[in-house]
Amino acid sequence: MAQRASKKSADPAANHTSAQVVRDLHERMVRIRLFETEAGKLMEAGKLPGFLHLYVGQEAVAAGVMAALRDDDQITSTHRGHGHAVAKGVSFKHMYAELYGRVTGACLGRGGSMHINDVSLGMLGANGIVGAGIPIAVGAAFAAQYRGEDNIAVTFFGDGATNIGAFHEAANMAAILHLPVLFICENNGYAEFTPQSKHMLITDVADRAASYGMPSVIVDGMDALAVHEAGVEAVARARAGEGPMFIEAKTYRYYDHQGVKGLRHPYRSDEEVAEWKARDAIDLLEARALADGTATRAELDDTWQRTRDEIAEAIAYAEAGPLPDTADLLLNVYSG
Amino acid sequence: MTTITEAPALAPGGTARKLSYVKAFNEGLAQAMREDENVFVAGEDVAGYGGVFRMFDNLLDEFGPRRMIDTPISEAALVGLGVGAAARGLRPVVDLMFMDFIGVCLDQIVNQAAKMKYMFGGSVSVPLTITTASGAGLGAAAQHSQSLEAWLAHVPGLKVVMPCDAYTAKGLTVSAIRDDNPVVVMLNKVLLGSTSEVPEQIYGIPLGQAHTARHGSDVTVIALGRMVGEALAAADELAAEGVEVEVIDPRTVQPLDTETMFASVRRTNRVLVVHEAVTFGGLGAEIAAQIQDAAFDHLDAPVLRIGAPFSPVPFSPVLEKAYVPDRVRIAQGCRKLLERA
Ligand SMILES: Cc1ncc(C[n+]2csc(CCOP(=O)(O)OP(=O)(O)O)c2C)c(N)n1
Repeated sequence: MAQRASKKSADPAANHTSAQVVRDLHERMVRIRLFETEAGKLMEAGKLPGFLHLYVGQEAVAAGVMAALRDDDQITSTHRGHGHAVAKGVSFKHMYAELYGRVTGACLGRGGSMHINDVSLGMLGANGIVGAGIPIAVGAAFAAQYRGEDNIAVTFFGDGATNIGAFHEAANMAAILHLPVLFICENNGYAEFTPQSKHMLITDVADRAASYGMPSVIVDGMDALAVHEAGVEAVARARAGEGPMFIEAKTYRYYDHQGVKGLRHPYRSDEEVAEWKARDAIDLLEARALADGTATRAELDDTWQRTRDEIAEAIAYAEAGPLPDTADLLLNVYSG
Repeated sequence: MTTITEAPALAPGGTARKLSYVKAFNEGLAQAMREDENVFVAGEDVAGYGGVFRMFDNLLDEFGPRRMIDTPISEAALVGLGVGAAARGLRPVVDLMFMDFIGVCLDQIVNQAAKMKYMFGGSVSVPLTITTASGAGLGAAAQHSQSLEAWLAHVPGLKVVMPCDAYTAKGLTVSAIRDDNPVVVMLNKVLLGSTSEVPEQIYGIPLGQAHTARHGSDVTVIALGRMVGEALAAADELAAEGVEVEVIDPRTVQPLDTETMFASVRRTNRVLVVHEAVTFGGLGAEIAAQIQDAAFDHLDAPVLRIGAPFSPVPFSPVLEKAYVPDRVRIAQGCRKLLERA
């Protein structure tokens, strides 16, 4: 990402002016939005195999949190992981090539959408098993604490994932070991097609943190700056050795659980979708930036255009990439 | 109860009503629910949404939320709920969506459901049915494509069925529900839309009874689940070359009907076992060993196994296609067996 410090230990949150933060958040969100919309189109056109869980609508969460992290901080993600990967800086080329199943992809064509990773950027993988990334982030945080390093780990998960045992076990473990790990719940109100009210009896998922002695905060997940502020604070705490923290971001996904359309049974109303879209995170940030003079329309448009160009190039790269060689079927099953 | 226990004969020439695999499953489940008030279904998005594979379509309308239960994403609690309810006399059908998810609830399946009757001195039964979709072929990658029947078949106390078509999907599901033991019904994702002739009335296919899907005298192919169709296609190809292949579908992999296999091997003297799962430690190894024990003197060649390579299931369609055994590899395997004098 252009404006991100290249030095590993540089802390963007510490050095950025508020205008830089806004531009950073904007760029990360635009990158996610365009990556995802184009991926959706490719899926619709029948060009991509497998499943595609789109993140559109939730951009403020990935952008807000990731802008508070350093490159050497670690994240784990979910089946809906493109947004986290893009915001962490994983290259469009590697991501699209992976969606196409090319050997040039982030997983050499072995993983697909649900397994995108870039260990060099601290992106420890999207995950096909709900909740499975949560204990892994706890392990990454443990490694940092063990070695006396000050990088932290962040795990992203949905409201639905907090019903799985792995979440509860990992939260308790992180709390008692005072690990530098942030639990980021992206509460989009649904687990697949089941609304939150039907899969838990509490309104705020953040309430769950209290039972593990973990402080929590609830933020507006459509407000990238609010997410970012909460993220900066939580990151500082964790880095200072004050232990884990839970952030619940209330957000929304615009597309279906999987794929672009295909609502078999309408499990949510058009009005509800429209209400959330009216508070679109990118629109909100742009309006604010324009109102307070942080950015001009031309500057914002430039970000969109540059990103579009980069995406076109990345898709061309993906389509031109070679397919994996079947002679390498056993590649990477083991190390060494 | 108007129970017809035996599987009814299909219409000659297969001219009767055809149904898709997933609809046949759904019909069998609905009929079993009508037959027995104790049958209920629990799982993620099974009720309101009808299941992500449409396995449970329309059941909420007929049976209501008391018997069709949407659960949180909590597979350990879900299977445990099934175990406890079954121990108290209900007949739960618990859905795990993708077979790979058993990783998060294996304790409830392996250490609880499978062992309860034995450890309790026989004083309780666990008539639990676990339904799930297995298999590769959809580009769903390593955590959504596995065939883990060998894990389960290895555990005393569990039963495992692998329907190869719509007819067996219905009959095996009904039998699983009627059975007093924990039974895992492994539906195959690639087969969901495939159709075959399915009788309208309720019927069970006896668990532990293999089916000879095609008679032949030259070589026996024992095929599990989706591989039955591939084996039949390979048999067609080989018939054109003058080779008569016998195809055996075990239908239930635990308990395994080895007698039908032994009898076939004694006639054909050559046998190939094929499954979608990884070859190493797969059921092919067990079947081959048993055949060698029981019918060594009748073998003209060592038992051949075909399965997946020792790797997670790859995402890229080119790799996935090379990974899963198919009719071509089965036909090659048969030819190889026949080459031996
Ligand atoms: C252990 C496990 N159970 C079930 C699934 C199927 N599944 C995939 S996504 C999903 C819903 C997840 O909901 P949530 O955690 O709220 O995330 P969201 O999809 O809303 O982003 C389910 C049930 C799975 N992948 N893994």
